[in-house]
Amino acid sequence: MHEEPILQVRNLQKQFGTGCVECRQMETRKLVKNFCKSCGTVYACQNISFDLYPGEILGIVGESGSGKSTMMQCLYFDSEVSSGEAYINTPELVSNNVFEMSAQQKRSIRNHVYGMVYQNPVQGLKMNFSSVGNIAEKLIAAGNRNVGQMEETSKKLLENVHIPLHRMKEEPRNFSGGMQQRVQIAKALSNNPPILFLDEVTTGLDLSVQANVLDLIKVIQRDLGISMIVVSHDLAVIRMLADRTVVLLNGKIIEEGLTDQVLEDPQHEYTQQLVYSLL
Amino acid sequence: MAMLEIVDFGKRFTIHHLGKTMNAIQSINLSLEAGEFIGIVGKSGSGKSTILKSIYRTYLPDEGKIMYDSERFGEIDLAQVSERQMLYLRKYEIGYVSQFLSVMPRTTCRQLVTNALLEMGESEAVAFEEAEKALAHFELDPKLWDSYPNTFSGGEKLRLNIAMATVKKPRLLLLDEPTASLDQQSKIKVREIIEKLKNQGTTLVGIFHDIEFMDGLCDKVYDMQKRQLTTTKEVVSYES
Repeated sequence: MHEEPILQVRNLQKQFGTGCVECRQMETRKLVKNFCKSCGTVYACQNISFDLYPGEILGIVGESGSGKSTMMQCLYFDSEVSSGEAYINTPELVSNNVFEMSAQQKRSIRNHVYGMVYQNPVQGLKMNFSSVGNIAEKLIAAGNRNVGQMEETSKKLLENVHIPLHRMKEEPRNFSGGMQQRVQIAKALSNNPPILFLDEVTTGLDLSVQANVLDLIKVIQRDLGISMIVVSHDLAVIRMLADRTVVLLNGKIIEEGLTDQVLEDPQHEYTQQLVYSLL
Repeated sequence: MAMLEIVDFGKRFTIHHLGKTMNAIQSINLSLEAGEFIGIVGKSGSGKSTILKSIYRTYLPDEGKIMYDSERFGEIDLAQVSERQMLYLRKYEIGYVSQFLSVMPRTTCRQLVTNALLEMGESEAVAFEEAEKALAHFELDPKLWDSYPNTFSGGEKLRLNIAMATVKKPRLLLLDEPTASLDQQSKIKVREIIEKLKNQGTTLVGIFHDIEFMDGLCDKVYDMQKRQLTTTKEVVSYES
Protein backbone atom coordinates (compact mmCIF):
# COMPACT_ATOMS: atom_id res chain seq x y z
CA MET A 1 0.00 0.00 0.00
CA HIS A 2 1.64 3.20 -1.10
CA GLU A 3 0.37 6.13 0.86
CA GLU A 4 1.87 9.57 1.30
CA PRO A 5 1.41 11.33 4.63
CA ILE A 6 -0.39 14.66 4.36
CA LEU A 7 1.81 16.03 7.13
CA GLN A 8 5.31 14.91 8.12
CA VAL A 9 6.89 16.31 11.25
CA ARG A 10 10.58 15.71 11.85
CA ASN A 11 12.65 16.48 14.97
CA LEU A 12 10.44 19.26 16.23
CA GLN A 13 12.18 21.01 19.13
CA LYS A 14 10.87 23.79 21.27
CA GLN A 15 12.74 25.17 24.24
CA PHE A 16 12.02 28.11 26.52
CA GLY A 17 15.36 29.55 27.58
CA THR A 18 18.80 29.67 26.02
CA GLY A 19 20.19 26.43 27.40
CA CYS A 20 23.63 25.96 28.91
CA VAL A 21 26.64 23.66 28.61
CA GLU A 22 24.85 21.12 30.75
CA CYS A 23 21.73 20.81 28.65
CA ARG A 24 22.53 21.79 25.06
CA GLN A 25 23.34 18.27 23.90
CA MET A 26 20.13 16.33 23.67
CA GLU A 27 21.75 12.93 24.20
CA THR A 28 23.57 13.91 27.39
CA ARG A 29 21.30 16.52 28.97
CA LYS A 30 20.12 15.79 32.48
CA LEU A 31 16.73 17.29 33.14
CA VAL A 32 14.24 17.25 35.95
CA LYS A 33 11.24 16.23 33.83
CA ASN A 34 11.82 18.78 31.05
CA PHE A 35 13.63 21.40 33.11
CA CYS A 36 17.37 22.12 33.31
CA LYS A 37 18.31 22.86 36.91
CA SER A 38 21.49 24.73 35.98
CA CYS A 39 20.02 27.37 33.66
CA GLY A 40 16.26 27.06 34.03
CA THR A 41 15.62 26.20 30.40
CA VAL A 42 12.44 24.23 29.72
CA TYR A 43 12.59 21.69 26.90
CA ALA A 44 8.90 21.57 26.00
CA CYS A 45 9.21 19.49 22.82
CA GLN A 46 12.20 17.25 22.22
CA ASN A 47 12.77 15.62 18.88
CA ILE A 48 9.14 15.00 18.02
CA SER A 49 8.62 13.17 14.71
CA PHE A 50 5.46 11.64 13.30
CA ASP A 51 3.37 11.26 10.14
CA LEU A 52 -0.26 12.18 9.69
CA TYR A 53 -2.07 10.32 6.89
CA PRO A 54 -5.01 11.49 4.78
CA GLY A 55 -8.33 11.01 6.54
CA GLU A 56 -6.92 9.70 9.79
CA ILE A 57 -7.30 10.92 13.33
CA LEU A 58 -4.02 10.90 15.23
CA GLY A 59 -4.37 11.06 19.00
CA ILE A 60 -1.80 12.77 21.21
CA VAL A 61 -1.97 11.87 24.89
CA GLY A 62 0.14 12.75 27.87
CA GLU A 63 -0.12 14.37 31.28
CA SER A 64 -0.35 18.13 31.80
CA GLY A 65 2.95 19.71 30.93
CA SER A 66 4.04 16.92 28.60
CA GLY A 67 4.24 19.29 25.64
CA LYS A 68 0.99 18.48 23.84
CA SER A 69 -0.30 22.02 23.45
CA THR A 70 3.15 23.47 22.77
CA MET A 71 3.52 21.02 19.93
CA MET A 72 0.15 22.08 18.49
CA GLN A 73 1.04 25.76 18.82
CA CYS A 74 4.29 25.12 16.95
CA LEU A 75 2.51 23.26 14.16
CA TYR A 76 -0.07 26.04 13.84
CA PHE A 77 2.67 28.72 13.91
CA ASP A 78 1.29 30.33 17.07
CA SER A 79 4.71 29.71 18.49
CA GLU A 80 8.08 29.56 16.72
CA VAL A 81 9.91 26.22 16.80
CA SER A 82 13.47 26.11 18.14
CA SER A 83 14.31 23.73 15.31
CA GLY A 84 12.71 21.02 13.25
CA GLU A 85 10.93 20.36 10.00
CA ALA A 86 7.37 19.90 8.83
CA TYR A 87 6.25 19.02 5.32
CA ILE A 88 2.74 19.35 3.98
CA ASN A 89 1.93 17.18 1.01
CA THR A 90 -0.09 19.54 -1.18
CA PRO A 91 1.07 20.45 -4.72
CA GLU A 92 2.04 24.01 -3.70
CA LEU A 93 3.88 23.13 -0.52
CA VAL A 94 5.43 19.75 -1.14
CA SER A 95 9.07 19.24 -0.03
CA ASN A 96 9.41 22.65 1.62
CA ASN A 97 9.96 22.88 5.34
CA VAL A 98 6.97 24.98 6.41
CA PHE A 99 8.71 26.11 9.62
CA GLU A 100 11.23 27.99 7.46
CA MET A 101 8.65 29.80 5.36
CA SER A 102 7.94 33.53 5.53
CA ALA A 103 5.29 34.94 7.85
CA GLN A 104 3.13 35.58 4.80
CA GLN A 105 3.41 31.99 3.59
CA LYS A 106 2.63 30.71 7.08
CA ARG A 107 -0.45 32.89 7.18
CA SER A 108 -1.53 31.48 3.86
CA ILE A 109 -1.12 27.93 5.20
CA ARG A 110 -3.27 28.82 8.21
CA ASN A 111 -5.88 30.30 5.92
CA HIS A 112 -5.99 27.51 3.38
CA VAL A 113 -4.55 24.29 4.78
CA TYR A 114 -5.04 24.37 8.54
CA GLY A 115 -7.97 24.58 10.89
CA MET A 116 -7.48 24.96 14.63
CA VAL A 117 -9.82 24.41 17.54
CA TYR A 118 -8.36 25.62 20.81
CA GLN A 119 -9.18 24.30 24.26
CA ASN A 120 -10.22 27.81 25.22
CA PRO A 121 -12.71 29.28 22.71
CA VAL A 122 -11.45 32.78 23.59
CA GLN A 123 -8.30 31.96 21.62
CA GLY A 124 -10.16 30.82 18.52
CA LEU A 125 -13.12 33.20 18.44
CA LYS A 126 -13.60 36.92 18.50
CA MET A 127 -16.05 37.09 21.36
CA ASN A 128 -17.44 40.50 20.36
CA PHE A 129 -18.14 39.48 16.74
CA SER A 130 -21.33 37.65 15.81
CA SER A 131 -20.99 33.90 15.29
CA VAL A 132 -21.62 34.28 11.60
CA GLY A 133 -19.10 37.14 11.55
CA ASN A 134 -16.48 34.89 13.10
CA ILE A 135 -16.91 32.40 10.30
CA ALA A 136 -16.96 35.15 7.66
CA GLU A 137 -13.66 36.44 9.01
CA LYS A 138 -12.00 33.10 8.27
CA LEU A 139 -13.74 32.88 4.88
CA ILE A 140 -12.47 36.34 3.92
CA ALA A 141 -8.97 35.37 5.03
CA ALA A 142 -9.24 32.36 2.76
CA GLY A 143 -10.02 34.64 -0.19
CA ASN A 144 -13.81 34.72 -0.30
CA ARG A 145 -15.42 38.03 -1.25
CA ASN A 146 -19.04 37.25 -2.15
CA VAL A 147 -21.12 38.27 0.88
CA GLY A 148 -24.23 36.29 -0.08
CA GLN A 149 -22.21 33.15 -0.66
CA MET A 150 -20.32 33.59 2.61
CA GLU A 151 -23.56 33.93 4.55
CA GLU A 152 -24.87 30.76 2.92
CA THR A 153 -21.68 28.87 3.78
CA SER A 154 -21.73 30.17 7.36
CA LYS A 155 -25.34 29.12 7.82
CA LYS A 156 -24.63 25.65 6.54
CA LEU A 157 -21.62 25.30 8.85
CA LEU A 158 -23.53 26.49 11.90
CA GLU A 159 -26.34 24.11 11.05
CA ASN A 160 -23.84 21.25 10.79
CA VAL A 161 -22.61 21.95 14.30
CA HIS A 162 -26.19 22.32 15.60
CA ILE A 163 -26.17 26.04 16.37
CA PRO A 164 -29.73 27.30 15.93
CA LEU A 165 -29.74 29.79 13.04
CA HIS A 166 -31.87 32.29 14.93
CA ARG A 167 -28.86 32.80 17.17
CA MET A 168 -26.25 33.11 14.45
CA LYS A 169 -26.06 36.88 14.72
CA GLU A 170 -25.37 36.59 18.42
CA GLU A 171 -21.90 37.02 19.90
CA PRO A 172 -20.36 33.75 21.08
CA ARG A 173 -19.68 35.25 24.52
CA ASN A 174 -23.40 34.78 25.20
CA PHE A 175 -23.10 31.08 24.43
CA SER A 176 -22.43 28.13 26.68
CA GLY A 177 -19.00 26.50 26.59
CA GLY A 178 -20.23 23.68 24.38
CA MET A 179 -21.86 26.07 21.90
CA GLN A 180 -18.71 28.18 21.77
CA GLN A 181 -16.71 25.07 21.03
CA ARG A 182 -19.07 24.18 18.21
CA VAL A 183 -18.86 27.68 16.71
CA GLN A 184 -15.10 27.30 16.88
CA ILE A 185 -15.31 23.99 15.01
CA ALA A 186 -17.57 25.59 12.37
CA LYS A 187 -15.06 28.40 11.96
CA ALA A 188 -12.13 26.01 11.72
CA LEU A 189 -13.93 24.00 9.03
CA SER A 190 -15.00 27.00 6.95
CA ASN A 191 -11.95 27.00 4.66
CA ASN A 192 -12.26 23.25 3.98
CA PRO A 193 -8.87 22.55 5.56
CA PRO A 194 -7.24 19.22 4.75
CA ILE A 195 -5.67 19.31 8.25
CA LEU A 196 -7.51 20.11 11.46
CA PHE A 197 -5.94 20.51 14.91
CA LEU A 198 -8.12 19.89 17.96
CA ASP A 199 -6.60 20.80 21.32
CA GLU A 200 -8.48 19.37 24.32
CA VAL A 201 -11.78 20.23 22.63
CA THR A 202 -13.96 18.28 25.03
CA THR A 203 -12.19 19.26 28.24
CA GLY A 204 -14.56 21.05 30.57
CA LEU A 205 -17.69 20.10 28.66
CA ASP A 206 -20.40 18.07 30.34
CA LEU A 207 -20.93 14.51 29.12
CA SER A 208 -23.95 15.32 27.00
CA VAL A 209 -22.22 18.14 25.12
CA GLN A 210 -19.06 16.06 24.91
CA ALA A 211 -21.04 13.32 23.15
CA ASN A 212 -22.25 15.94 20.65
CA VAL A 213 -18.76 17.20 19.92
CA LEU A 214 -17.29 13.69 19.62
CA ASP A 215 -20.02 12.71 17.19
CA LEU A 216 -19.41 15.87 15.19
CA ILE A 217 -15.69 15.12 14.92
CA LYS A 218 -16.37 11.56 13.71
CA VAL A 219 -18.83 12.82 11.11
CA ILE A 220 -16.29 15.37 9.89
CA GLN A 221 -13.70 12.63 9.49
CA ARG A 222 -16.10 10.33 7.68
CA ASP A 223 -17.87 12.79 5.41
CA LEU A 224 -15.08 15.26 4.66
CA GLY A 225 -12.05 12.98 4.96
CA ILE A 226 -10.16 15.63 6.91
CA SER A 227 -6.97 14.55 8.70
CA MET A 228 -6.97 15.50 12.35
CA ILE A 229 -4.58 15.71 15.25
CA VAL A 230 -6.54 15.37 18.47
CA VAL A 231 -4.80 16.30 21.69
CA SER A 232 -6.43 15.10 24.88
CA HIS A 233 -5.50 13.92 28.32
CA ASP A 234 -8.77 11.97 28.35
CA LEU A 235 -8.04 8.43 27.22
CA ALA A 236 -11.72 7.66 26.72
CA VAL A 237 -11.96 10.47 24.17
CA ILE A 238 -8.85 9.20 22.39
CA ARG A 239 -10.23 5.65 22.38
CA MET A 240 -13.41 6.85 20.68
CA LEU A 241 -11.74 9.08 18.11
CA ALA A 242 -8.18 8.20 17.24
CA ASP A 243 -7.00 5.58 14.74
CA ARG A 244 -3.42 5.85 15.95
CA THR A 245 -2.04 7.38 19.13
CA VAL A 246 1.20 8.98 20.21
CA VAL A 247 2.13 9.22 23.91
CA LEU A 248 4.16 12.23 25.07
CA LEU A 249 6.14 12.47 28.28
CA ASN A 250 8.36 15.42 29.20
CA GLY A 251 8.26 16.64 25.62
CA LYS A 252 9.29 13.32 24.05
CA ILE A 253 7.38 10.65 22.19
CA ILE A 254 7.71 7.56 24.35
CA GLU A 255 5.27 5.31 22.55
CA GLU A 256 3.08 5.18 19.47
CA GLY A 257 0.78 2.62 17.93
CA LEU A 258 -2.78 1.71 17.02
CA THR A 259 -4.99 3.30 19.65
CA ASP A 260 -6.43 0.06 21.03
CA GLN A 261 -2.93 -1.43 21.14
CA VAL A 262 -1.53 1.53 23.07
CA LEU A 263 -4.41 1.26 25.54
CA GLU A 264 -4.53 -2.53 25.90
CA ASP A 265 -0.89 -3.49 25.46
CA PRO A 266 1.10 -0.41 26.50
CA GLN A 267 4.83 -0.97 26.29
CA HIS A 268 6.30 1.96 28.18
CA GLU A 269 6.22 2.18 31.95
CA TYR A 270 4.59 5.59 31.88
CA THR A 271 1.89 4.52 29.40
CA GLN A 272 1.13 1.55 31.62
CA GLN A 273 0.65 3.90 34.58
CA LEU A 274 -1.56 6.12 32.44
CA VAL A 275 -3.73 3.19 31.36
CA TYR A 276 -3.97 1.79 34.90
CA SER A 277 -5.38 5.16 35.91
CA LEU A 278 -8.24 4.82 33.42
CA LEU A 279 -11.60 4.62 35.14
CA MET B 1 -1.58 -20.83 0.99
CA ALA B 2 -3.85 -21.10 3.95
CA MET B 3 -5.92 -18.04 4.78
CA LEU B 4 -4.14 -17.74 8.11
CA GLU B 5 -1.04 -19.50 9.31
CA ILE B 6 0.40 -18.85 12.75
CA VAL B 7 3.97 -20.10 13.07
CA ASP B 8 5.88 -20.48 16.36
CA PHE B 9 4.04 -17.57 17.78
CA GLY B 10 4.67 -16.19 21.24
CA LYS B 11 3.59 -13.18 23.26
CA ARG B 12 5.05 -11.79 26.50
CA PHE B 13 3.84 -8.99 28.71
CA THR B 14 6.34 -6.81 30.54
CA ILE B 15 4.74 -5.30 33.61
CA HIS B 16 6.98 -2.48 34.70
CA HIS B 17 5.66 -1.77 38.18
CA LEU B 18 6.19 -5.43 39.11
CA GLY B 19 9.49 -5.61 37.25
CA LYS B 20 8.25 -8.81 35.66
CA THR B 21 7.83 -10.33 32.24
CA MET B 22 5.07 -12.86 31.82
CA ASN B 23 4.79 -15.39 29.05
CA ALA B 24 1.20 -15.37 27.88
CA ILE B 25 1.57 -17.86 25.04
CA GLN B 26 4.46 -19.72 23.47
CA SER B 27 5.13 -21.71 20.30
CA ILE B 28 1.65 -21.49 18.92
CA ASN B 29 1.12 -23.14 15.54
CA LEU B 30 -2.20 -22.97 13.82
CA SER B 31 -3.39 -23.02 10.25
CA LEU B 32 -6.74 -22.06 8.82
CA GLU B 33 -8.05 -22.57 5.28
CA ALA B 34 -10.47 -20.16 3.64
CA GLY B 35 -14.04 -20.91 4.72
CA GLU B 36 -12.99 -22.91 7.76
CA PHE B 37 -14.21 -22.37 11.30
CA ILE B 38 -11.73 -23.04 14.07
CA GLY B 39 -12.74 -23.05 17.70
CA ILE B 40 -10.24 -22.40 20.48
CA VAL B 41 -11.02 -23.76 23.92
CA GLY B 42 -9.24 -23.63 27.22
CA LYS B 43 -9.36 -22.39 30.78
CA SER B 44 -9.50 -18.70 31.45
CA GLY B 45 -6.03 -17.23 31.54
CA SER B 46 -4.73 -19.84 29.13
CA GLY B 47 -4.09 -17.25 26.43
CA LYS B 48 -7.04 -17.76 24.10
CA SER B 49 -7.82 -14.07 23.73
CA THR B 50 -4.14 -13.25 23.44
CA ILE B 51 -4.05 -15.16 20.16
CA LEU B 52 -7.02 -13.29 18.72
CA LYS B 53 -5.83 -9.92 19.94
CA SER B 54 -2.39 -10.55 18.48
CA ILE B 55 -3.89 -11.39 15.10
CA TYR B 56 -5.86 -8.12 15.25
CA ARG B 57 -2.80 -6.18 16.55
CA THR B 58 -4.54 -5.07 19.71
CA TYR B 59 -1.53 -6.81 21.24
CA LEU B 60 1.92 -6.29 19.78
CA PRO B 61 3.26 -9.68 18.69
CA ASP B 62 6.67 -10.69 20.07
CA GLU B 63 7.78 -13.91 18.38
CA GLY B 64 6.92 -15.88 15.31
CA LYS B 65 4.77 -15.14 12.32
CA ILE B 66 1.09 -14.58 11.62
CA MET B 67 0.89 -15.12 7.87
CA TYR B 68 -2.34 -13.89 6.34
CA ASP B 69 -3.44 -14.16 2.73
CA SER B 70 -4.77 -10.68 2.12
CA GLU B 71 -6.96 -9.76 -0.82
CA ARG B 72 -5.25 -6.37 -1.06
CA PHE B 73 -1.66 -7.05 -0.03
CA GLY B 74 -1.18 -10.74 -0.87
CA GLU B 75 0.68 -12.92 1.59
CA ILE B 76 1.74 -10.78 4.55
CA ASP B 77 2.90 -11.23 8.12
CA LEU B 78 0.39 -9.54 10.43
CA ALA B 79 3.09 -9.40 13.09
CA GLN B 80 5.09 -7.10 10.79
CA VAL B 81 2.59 -5.04 8.76
CA SER B 82 2.54 -1.28 9.24
CA GLU B 83 -0.07 0.37 11.41
CA ARG B 84 -1.68 1.90 8.34
CA GLN B 85 -1.90 -1.50 6.63
CA MET B 86 -3.45 -2.97 9.75
CA LEU B 87 -6.02 -0.18 9.81
CA TYR B 88 -6.86 -0.96 6.19
CA LEU B 89 -7.23 -4.67 6.96
CA ARG B 90 -9.47 -3.92 9.94
CA LYS B 91 -11.66 -1.77 7.78
CA TYR B 92 -12.01 -4.09 4.81
CA GLU B 93 -10.83 -7.62 5.57
CA ILE B 94 -10.62 -8.64 9.22
CA GLY B 95 -13.46 -8.25 11.71
CA TYR B 96 -13.35 -8.62 15.47
CA VAL B 97 -16.23 -9.26 17.82
CA SER B 98 -15.51 -8.89 21.51
CA GLN B 99 -17.86 -9.78 24.32
CA PHE B 100 -17.99 -6.13 25.27
CA LEU B 101 -19.62 -3.35 23.30
CA SER B 102 -17.57 -0.18 23.12
CA VAL B 103 -19.16 2.42 20.86
CA MET B 104 -19.64 6.14 20.40
CA PRO B 105 -21.90 7.46 23.14
CA ARG B 106 -25.45 8.47 22.30
CA THR B 107 -25.46 6.91 18.88
CA THR B 108 -28.42 4.77 17.94
CA CYS B 109 -28.13 1.12 17.17
CA ARG B 110 -29.17 1.77 13.57
CA GLN B 111 -26.66 4.59 13.18
CA LEU B 112 -23.81 2.47 14.55
CA VAL B 113 -24.32 -0.22 11.95
CA THR B 114 -24.82 2.40 9.22
CA ASN B 115 -21.60 4.15 10.30
CA ALA B 116 -19.63 0.93 9.98
CA LEU B 117 -20.57 0.91 6.28
CA LEU B 118 -20.13 4.64 5.73
CA GLU B 119 -16.58 4.32 7.07
CA MET B 120 -15.91 1.81 4.31
CA GLY B 121 -17.04 4.37 1.76
CA GLU B 122 -20.53 3.03 1.05
CA SER B 123 -23.12 5.56 -0.08
CA GLU B 124 -25.65 6.66 2.51
CA ALA B 125 -28.57 4.97 0.78
CA VAL B 126 -26.79 1.65 0.52
CA ALA B 127 -25.42 1.87 4.06
CA PHE B 128 -28.85 2.61 5.48
CA GLU B 129 -30.48 -0.26 3.62
CA GLU B 130 -27.74 -2.76 4.46
CA ALA B 131 -27.80 -1.73 8.11
CA GLU B 132 -31.53 -2.42 8.35
CA LYS B 133 -31.03 -5.77 6.69
CA ALA B 134 -28.27 -6.64 9.15
CA LEU B 135 -30.32 -5.60 12.17
CA ALA B 136 -33.23 -7.68 10.97
CA HIS B 137 -30.93 -10.58 10.11
CA PHE B 138 -29.54 -10.62 13.64
CA GLU B 139 -33.06 -10.47 15.00
CA LEU B 140 -32.77 -7.23 16.86
CA ASP B 141 -36.24 -5.99 17.61
CA PRO B 142 -37.07 -3.04 15.28
CA LYS B 143 -38.30 -1.23 18.39
CA LEU B 144 -34.65 -1.06 19.49
CA TRP B 145 -33.20 0.27 16.26
CA ASP B 146 -33.49 3.91 17.19
CA SER B 147 -32.47 3.57 20.81
CA TYR B 148 -29.03 3.72 22.40
CA PRO B 149 -27.30 0.41 23.02
CA ASN B 150 -26.25 1.13 26.60
CA THR B 151 -29.81 0.19 27.58
CA PHE B 152 -29.62 -3.16 25.75
CA SER B 153 -29.45 -6.57 27.35
CA GLY B 154 -26.21 -8.56 27.10
CA GLY B 155 -27.53 -10.68 24.24
CA GLU B 156 -28.78 -7.65 22.32
CA LYS B 157 -25.46 -5.87 22.74
CA LEU B 158 -23.65 -8.91 21.47
CA ARG B 159 -25.86 -9.27 18.43
CA LEU B 160 -25.33 -5.59 17.68
CA ASN B 161 -21.59 -6.17 18.02
CA ILE B 162 -21.75 -9.03 15.55
CA ALA B 163 -23.95 -6.98 13.21
CA MET B 164 -21.44 -4.12 13.22
CA ALA B 165 -18.57 -6.46 12.41
CA THR B 166 -20.29 -8.64 9.82
CA VAL B 167 -22.11 -5.92 7.90
CA LYS B 168 -18.67 -5.07 6.49
CA LYS B 169 -18.43 -8.62 5.14
CA PRO B 170 -14.97 -9.40 6.49
CA ARG B 171 -13.10 -12.33 4.96
CA LEU B 172 -11.77 -13.30 8.36
CA LEU B 173 -13.85 -12.89 11.49
CA LEU B 174 -12.43 -13.20 15.00
CA LEU B 175 -14.95 -14.02 17.71
CA ASP B 176 -13.77 -13.43 21.27
CA GLU B 177 -16.11 -15.42 23.53
CA PRO B 178 -19.28 -14.45 21.71
CA THR B 179 -21.36 -16.65 23.99
CA ALA B 180 -19.92 -15.72 27.38
CA SER B 181 -22.53 -14.66 29.92
CA LEU B 182 -25.47 -15.37 27.65
CA ASP B 183 -28.49 -17.49 28.50
CA GLN B 184 -29.22 -20.65 26.55
CA GLN B 185 -31.69 -19.02 24.19
CA SER B 186 -29.36 -16.18 23.26
CA LYS B 187 -26.56 -18.67 22.80
CA ILE B 188 -28.63 -20.62 20.32
CA LYS B 189 -29.33 -17.43 18.42
CA VAL B 190 -25.63 -16.60 18.27
CA ARG B 191 -24.90 -20.14 17.11
CA GLU B 192 -27.41 -19.72 14.29
CA ILE B 193 -25.77 -16.46 13.32
CA ILE B 194 -22.34 -18.08 13.21
CA GLU B 195 -23.74 -20.92 11.15
CA LYS B 196 -25.16 -18.46 8.64
CA LEU B 197 -21.82 -16.66 8.40
CA LYS B 198 -20.04 -19.92 7.85
CA ASN B 199 -22.45 -20.90 5.10
CA GLN B 200 -21.75 -17.56 3.45
CA GLY B 201 -18.07 -18.53 3.26
CA THR B 202 -16.66 -16.38 6.07
CA THR B 203 -13.50 -17.75 7.64
CA LEU B 204 -13.91 -17.79 11.40
CA VAL B 205 -11.77 -18.14 14.49
CA GLY B 206 -13.74 -18.27 17.72
CA ILE B 207 -13.01 -18.62 21.39
CA PHE B 208 -15.52 -20.54 23.46
CA HIS B 209 -15.82 -21.47 27.07
CA ASP B 210 -18.33 -24.21 26.45
CA ILE B 211 -17.39 -26.69 23.78
CA GLU B 212 -20.85 -28.30 23.62
CA PHE B 213 -22.06 -25.13 22.05
CA MET B 214 -19.69 -25.58 19.13
CA ASP B 215 -20.38 -29.26 18.50
CA GLY B 216 -20.92 -29.87 14.83
CA LEU B 217 -20.12 -26.28 13.88
CA CYS B 218 -16.34 -26.10 14.03
CA ASP B 219 -14.14 -27.74 11.44
CA LYS B 220 -11.32 -27.97 13.96
CA VAL B 221 -11.03 -27.54 17.68
CA TYR B 222 -7.85 -26.46 19.36
CA ASP B 223 -7.20 -26.99 23.04
CA MET B 224 -5.08 -24.45 24.85
CA GLN B 225 -3.91 -26.80 27.59
CA LYS B 226 -0.27 -26.48 28.52
CA ARG B 227 -0.30 -23.11 26.80
CA GLN B 228 0.04 -24.90 23.51
CA LEU B 229 -2.32 -25.81 20.79
CA THR B 230 -3.10 -29.40 20.07
CA THR B 231 -4.82 -30.15 16.83
CA THR B 232 -7.75 -32.42 16.54
CA LYS B 233 -8.57 -33.25 12.98
CA GLU B 234 -12.24 -33.79 13.62
CA VAL B 235 -14.69 -32.22 15.94
CA VAL B 236 -14.42 -33.88 19.31
CA SER B 237 -16.18 -33.44 22.54
CA TYR B 238 -14.19 -31.60 25.09
CA GLU B 239 -13.15 -33.54 28.15
CA SER B 240 -11.81 -31.50 30.96
